[in-house]
Amino acid sequence: MFNDKTAKFILLAGLVLCIGGAFAPNWIVNQFMFGFARALAILGLMVLWRTGLVSFGHAFYFGLGAYAVAILDIELGVTDVFLRLLAGAVVAGTAGFLVGFIMRNYRDIFFAMLNTAISMVLFGIVVKTESLGSTDGFAISMSTILGFAPESKYPLFVIITLIGLTSALLVNFYLKTTVGKLTTAIRDNEIRVEYLGFSVAHAIHLKYTISTILAGGAGALMAMSLGQVDPESMINWTVSGELVFVTILSGPGNVIAPFIGSLVFEVLRTYAFELAPQAWQLIMGATFLTIIFFVPGGIWSLLEKLGGKKNAK
Amino acid sequence: MVGGSVVEAALTILLDGLQFSSYLFIVSAGLTIIFGVMKILNVAHGSFYAWGAYTAAFFIGKFSDMGLPDAMGFLIIIAAAIIVGVILGFIIEQGILKYMYHRDEVLIVLATFGLFLVLEDIILIAFGTDPYFAYQPMALLDAVEMGGIVRDVYGLTLIGVAALVAVGCWWLLNKTKWGTLLKAVIFDREVGIAMGINVPLVYTLTFIGGAILGGLGGAYIAPTISVAPGLGTEVIVLSFAVVVVGGMGSIAGAAIGSLIIGILRAIAVHELPQVELFVVFAVMAVVLVFRPEGLFAPAKPRKI
Repeated sequence: MFNDKTAKFILLAGLVLCIGGAFAPNWIVNQFMFGFARALAILGLMVLWRTGLVSFGHAFYFGLGAYAVAILDIELGVTDVFLRLLAGAVVAGTAGFLVGFIMRNYRDIFFAMLNTAISMVLFGIVVKTESLGSTDGFAISMSTILGFAPESKYPLFVIITLIGLTSALLVNFYLKTTVGKLTTAIRDNEIRVEYLGFSVAHAIHLKYTISTILAGGAGALMAMSLGQVDPESMINWTVSGELVFVTILSGPGNVIAPFIGSLVFEVLRTYAFELAPQAWQLIMGATFLTIIFFVPGGIWSLLEKLGGKKNAK
Repeated sequence: MVGGSVVEAALTILLDGLQFSSYLFIVSAGLTIIFGVMKILNVAHGSFYAWGAYTAAFFIGKFSDMGLPDAMGFLIIIAAAIIVGVILGFIIEQGILKYMYHRDEVLIVLATFGLFLVLEDIILIAFGTDPYFAYQPMALLDAVEMGGIVRDVYGLTLIGVAALVAVGCWWLLNKTKWGTLLKAVIFDREVGIAMGINVPLVYTLTFIGGAILGGLGGAYIAPTISVAPGLGTEVIVLSFAVVVVGGMGSIAGAAIGSLIIGILRAIAVHELPQVELFVVFAVMAVVLVFRPEGLFAPAKPRKI
């Protein structure tokens, strides 16, 4: 599990980030927190994307994770970061596992649309339900870590970084197993995969569940970093679109790509918004089109070209 | 008296539902035509709608300020739809989509999502963030009393416009040479090319036609709403729901999908407002689960 280049790079990057974070100014720590929290969801979407599946509704699981944190906080006063993360991942993962029984039979735009429909059902419920915070959402109290309340954001940053990189290691490991290697095989030819003796439906169900657990965890971490949840920025279909956007931006090449892509997205968004508040969507949209047209492998493929195939991590 | 009020309530729901269905149909007809012919699920369709609404509202306001008669508003609505559809449709099809036809369906959806983001912001840059109110055409037509309830006439004309669009599409598809060519392309694009049909031209015209319908939906609804940013975001998922329920690529399907969703939503709004949005997408999800091709999808010829 630790003896390939990617794994070694992840361990090294984790060390550098955790030490560097202690000295970095607050705003940089914030950008990394948001970026890495989102990257967790992108990691899951990447697993689907490698199979050729695009979900235009993963905000459903992202939102479930975020709202699980909010409701636990309000109803039971749970503030521990690990309990919150666990709750988000378990709620979203359970929903994803159940929905997966249906979803595993869908492909292409039907897959995308069914996901959209399900996420909009949740959006419709939350927006119109007063006890779920309606359009305003909830504020979330500061997270505690195993009983102690941190003064700065640094401890939360370290936890998000470690969770993110651990997930990357696990997904990297999964992609190397036989069932993980089916990923691209299914995209290329489902019938051949069936003839080899594997169940395509089971493989897709597993991928889908993995992606929903990660999206739920991402939602939980995002809720904790932001300190609030609301339907417009957590569940609406535009959020799903944003997640897909970052997935394509990152590229499917490597489990590290989602983290780099998310960071680029955060920085791009912050600066685009500062430079031209009326035109930041325009800048994002144009970037998206450029990537689709000219860089189908995403940022990762650019890095590979820069480093030369040999040094690629 | 109690009986009377029940009838009135039912009539209100029915008319609200029909009006909402008509509006959904005009917008979704364009979406489903584009999907049927070109196999493109066009997220940017929401932007055509928003552009139509903004263009109409802007010029209705301008003309009214200049002291021109309010009846001009109806001309402006039609002109706005055509201008928006022709310009945006042509630029997008020729400038971007043309180069994507050989690529994966899902990638084309993503590209139209990128376009949607771009067009949303160009609206903000062109028209600003303040809402527009173009009530003049609506005020002109006044209100009528029917069956004990008062309705504004403008809303009722929406039903007529939707019927016109439906009949127009049916006539075009079934009674004209263009319709025959279109059906040939829908049935089998490659055989169509082999038979000498100018498929690129069919694609361009189809896309422009669909865009005009999207623009018309926005332009016609503009006088009844406050035209504000974020308009296209809600409409596009609603019209996705409509075309999915009816069956993607079918005009009759879009009509039935609009009726189902429009009337269900009207019932929800009056009887149980909490489920207003939920019910639309619950229907969409249920149809996708049990009949992914939609309730009334045309039977598909099996190809190898």
